[in-house]
Amino acid sequence: MLIDCPYCGARDSHEFTYRGDATGTRPDPAAENAGEAFHDYVYLRDNPAGDHLGWWYHGAGCRQWLKVSRNTLTHAINAVRLARDEVKS
Amino acid sequence: MSRLAHGGLIDRSRPLAFKFAGKSYAGYAGDTLASALIANDVKIVGRSFKYHRPRGIMTAGSEEPNALVALRSGARHEPNTRATMVELFDGLEAFGQNAFPSLGFDAMAVNQLLSRFIGAGFYYKTFMWPKAFWELLYEPVVRNSAGIGIAGAEPDPDHYEKVTAYCDVLVIGAGAAGLTAALTAARAGARVIIADEDHLPGGRLNSENVVIGGHDGAQYAKAAIAELSSLPKVRVLTRTTVFGIYDDTYAAVERVGDHLAVPEAFKPRQKLWRIIPKRTILAAGAISQPIVFPGNDRPGVMLAQGLQTYINRYAVTPGQHVAFFASNDAAWTVAFEAAKAGIDVAAIIDPRPEIRADLAAEAKVRGLRTLLGAVVEQAHGSTLKAISVRGSQGTERIAVDALAVSGGHSPNIQLACHHRGRPDWNEVKGALLVSEPPPGMAIAGAAAGHFAISACVASGVETGTKAAVDCGYSVAKAPVLACSGHSADGSAFFHVKTQKGFAFVDLQTDVTVKDINIAVREGFRSVEHLKRYTALGMGADQGKLSNLNGLAILAEKTGRTIQDTGTTIYRPPYTSVSFGALVGHHRGKDFRPTRLTPTHFWAKKLGAKFTETGAWLRAQYFPKPGEIDWLQTVQREVKAVRSSAGMIDVSTFGKIDLQGPDVGQFLDRVYVNTFSTLPVGKARYGVMLREDGMVMDDGTTARLSDAQWVMTTTTVNAVKVFSHLEYCLQVLWPDLDVRMASISEQWAQIALAGPNARKILQKIADEPGRVENAALPVMGATQTSVMGGIKARIFRLSFSGELGYEVAVPARYGEKLAEALVAAGEQFGITPYGTEALAMMRIEKGHVSGPELNGQTTVTDIGLGKMASKKKDYIGRTLAERPGLVDENRLGFVGIMPVNKKNVVRAGIHLLPLGAPATVENDLGYISSATQSATLGHAVGVGFLKGGPKRIGERLRAFDPLRGGDFEVEICSPHFYDPQGDRVRV
Repeated sequence: MLIDCPYCGARDSHEFTYRGDATGTRPDPAAENAGEAFHDYVYLRDNPAGDHLGWWYHGAGCRQWLKVSRNTLTHAINAVRLARDEVKS
Repeated sequence: MSRLAHGGLIDRSRPLAFKFAGKSYAGYAGDTLASALIANDVKIVGRSFKYHRPRGIMTAGSEEPNALVALRSGARHEPNTRATMVELFDGLEAFGQNAFPSLGFDAMAVNQLLSRFIGAGFYYKTFMWPKAFWELLYEPVVRNSAGIGIAGAEPDPDHYEKVTAYCDVLVIGAGAAGLTAALTAARAGARVIIADEDHLPGGRLNSENVVIGGHDGAQYAKAAIAELSSLPKVRVLTRTTVFGIYDDTYAAVERVGDHLAVPEAFKPRQKLWRIIPKRTILAAGAISQPIVFPGNDRPGVMLAQGLQTYINRYAVTPGQHVAFFASNDAAWTVAFEAAKAGIDVAAIIDPRPEIRADLAAEAKVRGLRTLLGAVVEQAHGSTLKAISVRGSQGTERIAVDALAVSGGHSPNIQLACHHRGRPDWNEVKGALLVSEPPPGMAIAGAAAGHFAISACVASGVETGTKAAVDCGYSVAKAPVLACSGHSADGSAFFHVKTQKGFAFVDLQTDVTVKDINIAVREGFRSVEHLKRYTALGMGADQGKLSNLNGLAILAEKTGRTIQDTGTTIYRPPYTSVSFGALVGHHRGKDFRPTRLTPTHFWAKKLGAKFTETGAWLRAQYFPKPGEIDWLQTVQREVKAVRSSAGMIDVSTFGKIDLQGPDVGQFLDRVYVNTFSTLPVGKARYGVMLREDGMVMDDGTTARLSDAQWVMTTTTVNAVKVFSHLEYCLQVLWPDLDVRMASISEQWAQIALAGPNARKILQKIADEPGRVENAALPVMGATQTSVMGGIKARIFRLSFSGELGYEVAVPARYGEKLAEALVAAGEQFGITPYGTEALAMMRIEKGHVSGPELNGQTTVTDIGLGKMASKKKDYIGRTLAERPGLVDENRLGFVGIMPVNKKNVVRAGIHLLPLGAPATVENDLGYISSATQSATLGHAVGVGFLKGGPKRIGERLRAFDPLRGGDFEVEICSPHFYDPQGDRVRV
């Protein structure tokens, strides 16, 4: 499986490590329901059959965290963006 | 001898000697083991899986279900190799399998008489009861009779490699279609890899009489490979099987040294290729489809295509009197070729009522007997002696010693289905074909149903052109290659309907028509259920010859079409792959690299014993002559540190350089305690949590300047913490202005500890005043130089509990630093110590380490709850406040001392109320780390106890059922030694 790293170009998946779901955002710790929100953020995951957003770390390359859209049925990679760009936009 | 007098692509000037089943034979260079056995009239080469029936050679290719042999002896012994794929070499030793005592007479052949009791599903029915019989009787018997072949027991002495390659076009198969496709794409300038499982590329071109562009097939193949090999962007891989598609990566195994007794020096036995192409052309060809009839497994029954290969390529014949039983024109051509080679063709039996006029005419000219609208009803003899033929005139018996069969062509579409694709039944071609191959793949030649040579070549050119164009190359129009060959027309024919004898559908797993009948009768009508109930297609050949016949018969029995019956899922590998190839170099010490500390060779010279921590090899202890065991050594090391001075390499800690105006703020968010207030020139101990509230790691971070900080992590978590911090910076808080780099490899660091540590350090420091007590107080950090101008970072940190420093120098000076410290400390008796003494001293001090930071403990659990800031957010804070994690009955960190000081405390011991029985309900906690303290003179431990420090002073029962041990302990503070920490401040 190749992942098209925006910094390094298409590289073999062996260079990357997968962290997990990238759909959640770290909740506001000051919010009233912070406990519930953090529980959901840390433990609850969708398990989609189809397109799925995940965090991948290019540890053997540019060390960038990437937000990767991958199809869990076909393993096709649809989009790869740098986490920094993704979060800022 | 069954070697033909002329012809063949063998080298008669190079005879080779080999052994099979203990007997010596001879063959020629260019032979396979199978062709050489046929040349030597060896008919029986193996015994079948279940009924132990004698089996011969059925094919000439990788689809062989019968001729599984073991090769070589000793450490290179290899079971279940197909004799049809084994290249003959001088001195080859091969053995038949699954036969006891011999291939000719096998005691287990009695199973045939039991067949009515051991048909499909007999496992499920028979071995159910009584339950007690399973272990005593059934299992030993089943295990003894199961499986084919026996694996070697010695470690494999050979090397295996892994290679990754990228290309524009990967061509699988170097037959007519593959070669023309590869040539077309390569001439256009594309980067091409062409792989073929044979050592001699050409596929059927080496076995059939065809003409391409004025050359005969074998010549054309040779010229095409020569041209491809001459092109710089083309790689030709022979002896290479592409066995699976894993997403966009094609896996192949190249048998670099399998055709030699021992691989060449510095060459691997096999290579595992991971090929990532932009386009793929599957040109894997087609194989003859066998026909199911009673006795169709008799040695002497062979696929027509295989017979053609043996006659034309290897110049051998499996019989002197050969009959043909086939439903297609190609087999008639083989019959004519056999007759031309001087072999007696006894009859051509074709179930079709009519045949093309030219074929009928040629048979007549050659004087061959033809029986149309007829079938072979049964094959006779333990090796083939005769066949019963049922025709319009009734049934007759014909004496033959070989029978070539072909019920049609079966395209090799397996790879095209590895993305869970399903083939469709094409009635016209009489074959399963794939209309939707995986992305980027095109299918060419016979694998796509183009059985005639001209169509085959045309599809090669067409797919090669399209692949090159898709990759951005322009393809010049080339003249059409004139091709001529035989007709490949016919109609699919699967099965002779009769009630007689054993008619095998799957020769490798011994599945008969009767088994399919049983399965259908018992309701296993889905093709996937049929497979699992009968083991159809579950052999090492992956059902290459059996699947289609099996589902055709199932379709017939259940009144469905083949299309509606469907196929099972095709899965990698296409052919068996050795574990060696998959493992490659990743075994033993090569499984992961061994990391050596900067002082490794210095420690080795001192006679250190080493231990693995993560990937690192660290000095464990430094024994001296006369010391009786490791404990004596370690206790001496600890006493030396406590009384004078000792040193240990701590370079293995993760070291991270952090720079930028926002580092303080960043550290506040990843550590439970506050760092932004840390002054320049100071270090602070910190604890990091995971977002779920559990402790992830601990270590010290020092502030070297306003905007430069250096963090240390534990040895084992160095990589994890680094990637965690990157995640926090890039994903959670990209607005923070922080840059970080790992400097673990760049700095050597040695901890110097003991009451005399400062005196020693001052002897090597360029500015001794910089490390005075006032200039560098406890938790101080300074950048200076040592040993005459070598830059150094000195931190006043102590893990041992004594006055201590950690001195960091650029890694290349690590050994020099160690030597300088030893020289400077000689008058104080400075003692190098290892990880055992380090651990003993940290337990004496009650510091937590790996066994306590086990992923299940909170910062409060490990006794450091007061460190956690209440004024700020940090990773893990919110979830650490969950009720279950702040429950005061949680296991808390305590010290444990035996009441009787002679008792040995061990990690893993569980704690119970005094006198309470050892039950899970009574369990109060456990000891996580323990040591035979040199300083206190008895065992001590630390661990986790329900209620934690509140129980200090209580006496409990320590219970160690595994290693033996049941004694009384007293709970105390984990800080056994110098609890006020005075000794570090001196």
